[in-house]
Amino acid sequence: MRLSPLDVLQLGLLGLRTRKVRAALSALGISIGIATMIIVTGIPASSRQALADQLSALGTNMLRVQPTTQGDKPTPLPPESVDMVARIGPVTRIGPVTRVSAVANTHAVVRRSDLIDPNDGSGLTVLASRPDLLPAVNARIASGRFLTATTERFPTAVLGAQAATQLGYDRLRPGTPAPQVSIGNRWFTVIGILEPTPLTPDLDQSVLVGWDAAGDLLGFDGHPTVIYVQSREQSLEDVRAVLPATVNPQLPGLVQVSRPSDALVAKRATESTFGALFLGLAAVSLLVGGIGVANTMVISVLERRREIGLRRALGASRGQIRIQFLTESIALAALGGAAGTVIGVAATVGYAMLQAWPTVIPVWTMGGGIAGAVLVGIVAGVYPAIRASRLTPTDALATT
Amino acid sequence: MSAEVVLALEHVSRTYPGGVTALDDVCLTIAEGDLLAIVGPSGSGKSTLLNIMGTLDLPTAGSVRIGGQDVATLSDRRLSALRGRRLGFVFQQFHLADGLTAAENVATGLLYAGVPRKQRRRRAAEALARVGLADRMRHQPHQLSGGEKQRVAIARALVHEPALVLADEPTGALDTANGTAVLALLLELHKENTTIAIITHDRDIAARLPRQVSMRDGRIETQVRR
Repeated sequence: MRLSPLDVLQLGLLGLRTRKVRAALSALGISIGIATMIIVTGIPASSRQALADQLSALGTNMLRVQPTTQGDKPTPLPPESVDMVARIGPVTRIGPVTRVSAVANTHAVVRRSDLIDPNDGSGLTVLASRPDLLPAVNARIASGRFLTATTERFPTAVLGAQAATQLGYDRLRPGTPAPQVSIGNRWFTVIGILEPTPLTPDLDQSVLVGWDAAGDLLGFDGHPTVIYVQSREQSLEDVRAVLPATVNPQLPGLVQVSRPSDALVAKRATESTFGALFLGLAAVSLLVGGIGVANTMVISVLERRREIGLRRALGASRGQIRIQFLTESIALAALGGAAGTVIGVAATVGYAMLQAWPTVIPVWTMGGGIAGAVLVGIVAGVYPAIRASRLTPTDALATT
Repeated sequence: MSAEVVLALEHVSRTYPGGVTALDDVCLTIAEGDLLAIVGPSGSGKSTLLNIMGTLDLPTAGSVRIGGQDVATLSDRRLSALRGRRLGFVFQQFHLADGLTAAENVATGLLYAGVPRKQRRRRAAEALARVGLADRMRHQPHQLSGGEKQRVAIARALVHEPALVLADEPTGALDTANGTAVLALLLELHKENTTIAIITHDRDIAARLPRQVSMRDGRIETQVRR
């Protein structure tokens, strides 16, 4: 005689229904394992998605050219190097190089007012910037305007996002007198504030002044410190290969070319190396949860010997007793798996929201979570179920 | 009148490992419509006899036939099915499942007989009505008195209309009033043509039944038929 699937399910849930607290506690072990698994796969996946979104917004076709630091002093790039890079193109629609710009460290000190210690620059750098910097680094103005060919000759400054916060100007208010900062020993008028630039974080902590103004007012020598190059995606590697020799024909070996988007990728990669470790942790907690379920089932069988005897008297075969206890074990584990999935998904969504990431939970973890829990339930339930079915009806009924 | 033989034990012995002989060459035939008491002091072998009659245990010698079928030849599956269809059990300790209502407990008696869910519910209600508990369907065991519990257990033993009901000390855990009521119920069910065997140590109960089988030291001592 075969039991219908619905009857089997109802039998399997009977033991859980009558011992709710115990069922909840032993399912908790499984749910912690599953939740951990979903969290440790969901959070890195969300982070990767956020990075991919960020990269596609920031662009991956930017190169950064710098002199290598050898000993104390870096070998400065020749003043004419920016124009030479532009000639790779030329910077037109046909050439591989689409945009070139540069900044140069003026080694001047910026202060909110001239009453502050002249040596206390708050860790901010004053950079001479070419007026075409913004499109070359995909940066945007948050407030005010950027330097132009006109304003770059005058003592005007544009603040990086973090520099603005540190100097105490979050945004420029039209209609009020423009704030001024002291650079070197001169007052510069702040005409703009940049949005954060994740690809070039050094700009965030910078105060940008005009190339000419830096030369006239701050004694800047005209050697660029960093050249930013944007090229067509497909010819990026070719451009990268010729850049050192173009920038510094005498000493190409002392020129370093990097791709800022690579640095972002590498940073995230180190973050996710912990993933494997945590996945191992999840597996261990799932195992411990499985042992908890097996333990609960063994105790359940011991306690319910009389019920087993009665069911045998009512006509249950060994197989039907076995399937009842196996179903109970699977139901217990699946319950834990479902609860764990809910907890894991909620935690991942919560964390992703906190980080302003899109939530990505791989489908295989959700399916795998439930499937893993069911598998654990089967493995944990086999021994108790066989033990229950081996009980002879007379022994089972004789239990007091 | 030659009523159909429900159960036949032929030269049945049951020896436990260690050499204890609980049953020694017992022959017993129960016909349809019988109501018999198997009576004896503790240790007389009457519980072993019940287990063997109920196919919960197998004899070490001799044969047990239920409805003409030799139970020794059956697999566990077929033997369990036979038990579920042809036998009904009433235990001293009721053995009701906690967490199930009276109706669900009774319906469990049909579960392993392969009766569809809807029919189980209807027939459980009928069986409960038959033992006078129509108003206790949705009560759980802990909400019932001892006598009510035993009546639920009797309803469960009857619900699949078994060929033979085996009752093991059905009044043993009840007070006199409830015990009398349960016995009266069994007598009444017998009048409705249910075949019942009651195992008891109480000779007063045995005296009220039409047929008595006395056990002593694993053997049938006397058989009386009124």
